[in-house]
Amino acid sequence: MASTFHMLILGALLFCAGIIVVIVKRNAIMVLLGIELMLNASNVNLVAFNQLYPERPSGQMFALFVIVVAVCEAAVGLAIVLRVYQYYKTSVPDEITELKD
Amino acid sequence: MNAAEIILYVFECVAALAAISLIFVRNVFYGALLMVICLLAIAGLYVLMFAEFIAVTQILVYAGGILVVIIFGIMLTSRISGKPLVVEHTRIFEGIICGVVFFGLLAYAFTTHQFDSGIFADGLTGQNIQSIGVLIMTDYALPFEITGILLLIALIGSAVVASVSKSKQG
Repeated sequence: MASTFHMLILGALLFCAGIIVVIVKRNAIMVLLGIELMLNASNVNLVAFNQLYPERPSGQMFALFVIVVAVCEAAVGLAIVLRVYQYYKTSVPDEITELKD
Repeated sequence: MNAAEIILYVFECVAALAAISLIFVRNVFYGALLMVICLLAIAGLYVLMFAEFIAVTQILVYAGGILVVIIFGIMLTSRISGKPLVVEHTRIFEGIICGVVFFGLLAYAFTTHQFDSGIFADGLTGQNIQSIGVLIMTDYALPFEITGILLLIALIGSAVVASVSKSKQG
């Protein structure tokens, strides 16, 4: 019981650290790192809850799908950050206020 | 307390400390390196929780793929302007309040509920990777194919977005 509780507390701490990074940092790449941290927190929770029902690894399957979606998010997000940086010469998300040329 | 529990606590502490110091670090490159440490510690935790396939996937995809792409992004966005990679902090009070309150809520919810068995359950040893492979090809075949198509679309789209279009600029 204690170990499951520790895993859940670790997942909550990773998620809250991700939230604070997303809110506080003024850089788009650091915001992406915070989002990756939050996705990892969800993975930790999925694998920890899978230990309570060990006859079928469904939680691990969902962790795999979360990893694939994280890959897609990182690729598309970094491509957008790169183009925005080439156009606006900044990577601060607060200063990018218009979409068209 | 046996050796496996001690290793589990060490990995937990490393992951938590790396995640917390990611809040305070101001250099983006150091942030990416802290993220690598955190992801490797979480992979060690997956091994201790009998999720070996997830652990290997975590090391290969996260620490080997996503972090390399993020470090490429850091180096490419710093080369254009020549400015240093120091990040400013904004809305510190709101961020700390939001994170601490949400963590308090989650910790309260976890302490008031009881969860059944321990982490070292004995049902998942041995046949784990084999059952994951069988499940991918039988019950989870449709989500597997859909995530494959999603990955293909995302990679083609990111390549199209990141490629320099000469006709627009000239």
